[in-house]
Amino acid sequence: MTVGDDAVAALQVLVVTGSAPLLVGVTRKVRALLEGRAGASVAQPWRDLRKLFGKERIVPEHASWVFGVAPLVVVSTVSLVAAAVPFVSTRAPLAGVGDLFTVAYLLLVGTVALALAGLDPGTAFGGMGASREMTIAALAEPTVLLAVFALSVPARSSSLARIVAATLAAPHRAVSVESLLAFAAFAVVVVAEAGRLPVDNPATHLELTMVHEAMVLEYAGPDLALVELGAAMRLVVLLGLMASLFAPWGIATTARPAQVALATLAFVAKVGVLGAALAGFEVFVAKLRLFRVPELLAASFVLALLAVTVSFFLA
Amino acid sequence: MSGSLYVQLLDLTAGLVLVCAFVVLWRRDLAAIIRALAVQGAAVAGVAAVSGAHHRDAEPLVVAAVVFGLKAVAVPAVLRRTVGRGGDTREVTPLVNIPASLVAAAALTLVSYAATTPVVAVAPSPETRTIPIGVAVVLIGLFTLATRRKAITQIVGFLLVDNGIALIAFVATAGVPLVVELGASLDLLLAVLILQVLTVRMRTKTGGLDLDALQELRD
Repeated sequence: MTVGDDAVAALQVLVVTGSAPLLVGVTRKVRALLEGRAGASVAQPWRDLRKLFGKERIVPEHASWVFGVAPLVVVSTVSLVAAAVPFVSTRAPLAGVGDLFTVAYLLLVGTVALALAGLDPGTAFGGMGASREMTIAALAEPTVLLAVFALSVPARSSSLARIVAATLAAPHRAVSVESLLAFAAFAVVVVAEAGRLPVDNPATHLELTMVHEAMVLEYAGPDLALVELGAAMRLVVLLGLMASLFAPWGIATTARPAQVALATLAFVAKVGVLGAALAGFEVFVAKLRLFRVPELLAASFVLALLAVTVSFFLA
Repeated sequence: MSGSLYVQLLDLTAGLVLVCAFVVLWRRDLAAIIRALAVQGAAVAGVAAVSGAHHRDAEPLVVAAVVFGLKAVAVPAVLRRTVGRGGDTREVTPLVNIPASLVAAAALTLVSYAATTPVVAVAPSPETRTIPIGVAVVLIGLFTLATRRKAITQIVGFLLVDNGIALIAFVATAGVPLVVELGASLDLLLAVLILQVLTVRMRTKTGGLDLDALQELRD
C-alpha cells in the first residue's frame, strides 16, 4: 500500500497549519519558563485564533480591496509552499513549485502583499512598518537564494526535493564547510524573515521598534486571525525548510504509509526543537537597532556568498 | 584516520579560520574581536593537529600544541589585558563602514580563490585546496590594518596576516619543522609584547587608542 503524492501534499499542508499556532505557543512557553514565569498554555494561540475568527469583520474606512485580499494571499502562498517543499517526502508532489527560486519568491509575494496592505489604510504606522519590512526583505532575499544555492551546487539541481535526496544519499555532506556556512547564513535570514529577535520583536507594540506589528496594526477580527495564522505558518515553513535542507534525516523517500508517518513525526520534532532553540536564543539577545540590521544581514549575505564560493571551488 | 573524515576535519578547521576573520571585521566590540582571534588561533592549531594525526607524525602535533598555546591563549590574553585597562572598548567609527568592509572581504576571498587556482593546480590535494583560505585571511588582515582606527584592532589585523601565513605554511609544506615554528612563534610573541607596551604608552600619553590622534608632533 502506498500514499499518493497528492495525499502527501495535503498532509504537509495540514501538519503545517495545525502545528503553526502550537509552535508559537511553544516558543512563548519556553521563553516564559526561561524568564521564570509560568506562561500561557501551549494551545493559547489556537484559542486566540478561534476567538478572533468568531468576531465581526471590521475594515478601516478608507481601505481598498487590497486590505482584505492581503491576508488571504499570505495564507495561500504559505500553504502552497507547505505543499511543495519536501518536509515529509522527497517525492515532490508539485514538482515545478518545489524549486528554490519559486519557494523564495512565493514567500516574498506574501511579504509584499502584507506591506501593500500596511500602506493601504494610509496610517502612519502602517507605512512605517511596510517600509521597514521591505528594507529587511530586500536585504534578506538574496541571502536565502545564495544559501540554498550553495547546497544546490553539489546536488546539481535547484529542486529542493533533489537537494534533500542528494543529502540523504550522501550524509557526510551535511557537515561540510559549505553547509555549515550556508546554515549560519540561513539561520540569520530565518530570524529576519520570521520577524523574531534580534531583528524584530514579535511581542512588542512599542511604536519605535515594531516592524511586522506596525504593518498589521489596522487588522481586526477574522482578518487579524488570518494574518497571525500566516505569520505562524511562515515560521513553521522557514524552520521546516532549515530542518529539511540541513538535517534531512527521517524524510521519507518512498510512499509507504509507515515511513510517511515516521517522517511526519520527525518533521514535527525537528521544527519543535528548532522553535524551542529559537525561543531560548531570544531570551539572551536584545533587539538590534534598526540601522544595525543591515550589518547583520550583510554578514549573513557574505556567509552565504562564501558558502557558494567554497562549494564551487572545493567540489 | 580515514580519508574522508580527514578531508572533512581539514575543511572544517580551515573554514573556521576564514569565518573568524569575517567575525573580526563584523564585530565592533574589542573583546569579541579578540575572542574571534583566539578561536582562529585554535583553528590554525587544529589544522596542524589534523594533518599531523593523518600523517601519523608527532612533530606537527607538538607544533600544534605550541601554536595553540601562543595564538589561542597567550596572545589573546595579552591583548585582553591591554583592553582591560579601561577606556574605550569599541571600534566605533572604522574608516570603511561594516557592511562595506564585509562585502570587500568577500570580494578579497573571491580574488584569492581566483588568484591561487594555478597554485592549487600544481599539486591538487585536500591540503592545497585550503591555500586560498590562507591567502584570503592574509588579505583580510591587511584590509583590517588599513581601515581600522584603534591600535588593538590594527594589532589584530597584523595577527590575522600571521595566522593566514601560518595556515598556508601548514597546508603547503606537510608539516613545518619545529625549530622554524618555534622561531616564528617567539618572534610573534615579542612583536605583540612590544606592540602592547607601545599601546599602553600611547594610552597614557593621549588618553585613547585612536591612531588618528597621532598625526601631528607635539612637545
